[in-house]
Amino acid sequence: MSISVNEIRKDFPLLENRKVIYLDTAATSQKPTCVLEAEREFYEKYNANPLRGLYELGEAATEKYEEARETVRGFINAKEAAEIIFVRNATEGLNLVAYSFGSLVLKPGDEILVSIMEHHSNLLPWQQAAARTGAVVKYLECTEDGKYTEEAFKEALSDRTKIVAMTQVSNVLGCKNNIKRFAQLAHEAGAYFVADGAQSVPHMAVDVQDLDVDFLAFSGHKIYAPMGIGVLYAKRELLEQMPPFLCGGEMIDSVSRTGAVWAEVPHKFEAGTVNGAGAYALAEAIRYVQKIGFDFIEEREAKLTKLLMDGMKEIPAVHILGSQKAEDHHGIVTFKLEGVHPHDVASVLDADHIAVRAGHHCAQPLLQHLKVLSTTRVSLGVYNTEEEIQAFLTSLAGIRRQMGYGE
Amino acid sequence: MENKTFYNEILTEHNLHPYHKHKLEDANLVLEGINPSCGDDIFLELKVEDGVVVDGAFEGDGCAISQASADMMLELVIGRSKEEALHLADLFLKMIKGSITEEERDELEEASVLQDIAHMPARVKCAVLGWHTMQELLKTEEK
Repeated sequence: MSISVNEIRKDFPLLENRKVIYLDTAATSQKPTCVLEAEREFYEKYNANPLRGLYELGEAATEKYEEARETVRGFINAKEAAEIIFVRNATEGLNLVAYSFGSLVLKPGDEILVSIMEHHSNLLPWQQAAARTGAVVKYLECTEDGKYTEEAFKEALSDRTKIVAMTQVSNVLGCKNNIKRFAQLAHEAGAYFVADGAQSVPHMAVDVQDLDVDFLAFSGHKIYAPMGIGVLYAKRELLEQMPPFLCGGEMIDSVSRTGAVWAEVPHKFEAGTVNGAGAYALAEAIRYVQKIGFDFIEEREAKLTKLLMDGMKEIPAVHILGSQKAEDHHGIVTFKLEGVHPHDVASVLDADHIAVRAGHHCAQPLLQHLKVLSTTRVSLGVYNTEEEIQAFLTSLAGIRRQMGYGE
Repeated sequence: MENKTFYNEILTEHNLHPYHKHKLEDANLVLEGINPSCGDDIFLELKVEDGVVVDGAFEGDGCAISQASADMMLELVIGRSKEEALHLADLFLKMIKGSITEEERDELEEASVLQDIAHMPARVKCAVLGWHTMQELLKTEEK
């Protein structure tokens, strides 16, 4: 089927309601009408506490919630729905792994190999897990254009490495790591592989069986779903051994005065009332993305990224971080403008109604490694257009003049 | 596309050519001020004698707003008494909160160009960094 960006834009009410050129989708995406309606529909037609009610409505709520799990399973091609845990966001998913799986496998002196380009959410939980268990965090350093070589990776692995934590796409450099190959190498060394899929799942087909990662987390809100719903994928045999992360309602089979028998996976990891409407809306967001198709999404992103980077290279004093090739960026281009603080860059762009992210992007160790303090980031979604990129380039080209620099 | 921002000439001039951004060798009061949201990091150095701010300077890095604001502040308070400096800091913070009278604003001289920051909650911390740091310095000195 043929889809046009103009048609897609009509699906996003915010883009109609507000005068904004939204180039901050890597922070959170805008939401299409079908997703907003799904959230509402759950409450209007199926609302009861999922997994509990013994009445018809309660069963309907459970059914919709479990259907959503199946939709996610199919989307990332997990072997079974029980391997899909609903969480709030990627951060919660990664914390769950670090806490629960970390406490299961880490012993004093064990090593956790963390890639230096991780978002704080795939880094701080490991620092904490190390502090709790006596394990140590080691960092895998990347080259300036954001690459990890196989040699460097193999060298960083040791017979003490228990866990490798690596993002599939960097939220700063936009580069894609070959996590399939690195997971294979990690497994050969006897380690487990934890992938952060927050910036990859919305932009490319992700097949967890093909990648053979042990864990992969992503957020719903970056893939056109509401805030507050996310996914942790984990292999069943690992989930079964792991202790619960949060304890409370509906995650047990039986409870006595001294202990409990945990519920089967995935419910063991979903304590308390779940975000049923969020899961239902996430399933709708996934269908929306599937309808557009990753072929279209990737082709559009590649085209816009090239337009963006070609234009930025023409502007004096602009320096793009990471690879200078558009094909190495996956919807994310981060840059510095000489002599202008990124927060001032963002404020000037904002006066032209252009929304970008400025700061350290929750990846301070990476920025320290690249020897920059803070930067400005442009990120793309399915709704962005060539005209928006042009408007951004025009605005960017005028910033230094506005800040008092001569031509 | 003509873009209307608060980055006017006075502000950009203080950012690009700050008069008071240097090391003050004979400072007797020094304090670091940090704004984690922008990564602004300034060292405010004052020389206070007999209750008068006889000289002042700042060093560090940060966004244009934090740098220009600190420079304008020093321009305003050098040569004034501690009480006057603290009074001006109060006025500046009042301005940023959006509750200042026109006469009061005039007392702030060039620093009054930052008035519009009141409409940008995300940048308020940048504008007040130098002023808060000065307040802290002068108040601790009293103790």
